[in-house]
Amino acid sequence: MLITCPYCGPRDVIEFTYQGDGNRERPDPASQNFEAWNAYVYDRLNPAGDHNEIWQHSGGCRAHLRVVRNTLTHEISSVAFVRGDHASAARRKAEGQS
Amino acid sequence: MVERQSPLEPEFHVGSHGNFEHGVEILLTETRPGSIVQLAAWPGEEKKLMAAIRTVTGLALPDGAGGGLSDGVKSVFGFAPGKFTVADDAEGLAAAFAKVVTPDIGTVTDLSHGRTAIRIAGPKAEWVLAKFFAIDFALPAFPIGAGRSTAHHDVFAQIQRTGSDQFDIHVFRSFARSFWNALCHASEEVGYEVQ
Ligand SMILES: [Zn+2]
Repeated sequence: MLITCPYCGPRDVIEFTYQGDGNRERPDPASQNFEAWNAYVYDRLNPAGDHNEIWQHSGGCRAHLRVVRNTLTHEISSVAFVRGDHASAARRKAEGQS
Repeated sequence: MVERQSPLEPEFHVGSHGNFEHGVEILLTETRPGSIVQLAAWPGEEKKLMAAIRTVTGLALPDGAGGGLSDGVKSVFGFAPGKFTVADDAEGLAAAFAKVVTPDIGTVTDLSHGRTAIRIAGPKAEWVLAKFFAIDFALPAFPIGAGRSTAHHDVFAQIQRTGSDQFDIHVFRSFARSFWNALCHASEEVGYEVQ
């Protein structure tokens, strides 16, 4: 399986570390909503098809990546930096948008 | 400054080795830069960091992932988004960068004692490296000056192409001797010379 890192280009999966399901939403750390925490820890979509995942290019540039992988074929249909999301979110915040 | 010892010393045997009866096709050496630093820009500050690199080294980094260049004395290449490795034959690079890379631009990490730079050159350099790393070493995919971050047996390596058939490999100093031994073994069948 090859993952095309947006920085490094196509690399063997051995260079990457799986960081978990990319669909999860972590509750606010102060939240005492046990259902939300239970869902965060245990609930998985487990699709037979495209799946949102977080991977780290741990044996390369070490960037965290948003990967869409097909669980039936291992086809990777999209790879993007996770940091891009944060950077644009921070910029939106700085510019006074939501 | 005190003389820095090479971690390769007990296994560094100058001369020709392996199957060299038909000629030496690999040259191996340690470049021993006086300074190796890593620079990281905060998101959005990359251009300012690249300008700082130009101020200190005189090297104008090309845009793009893994871009780099070398003037034979100083070298620089990108190894991750917003992050760069700089090497210089002279000592003092970290101090020079500390003056221009202000805390609002990014960080400077002095790795002069933490990395060992090994140079592999010769017509079979691509071929030997292909035994170690699952990346494309062909010139169009890996141009002169460019850098690559990859790993060999889970041990990091940063590779800069410093000539059409020449590569400088930065490895952790504590793994350098083991990597050097592996590189020598891998070069045996084509004949190699340690300089
Ligand atoms: Zn990468």
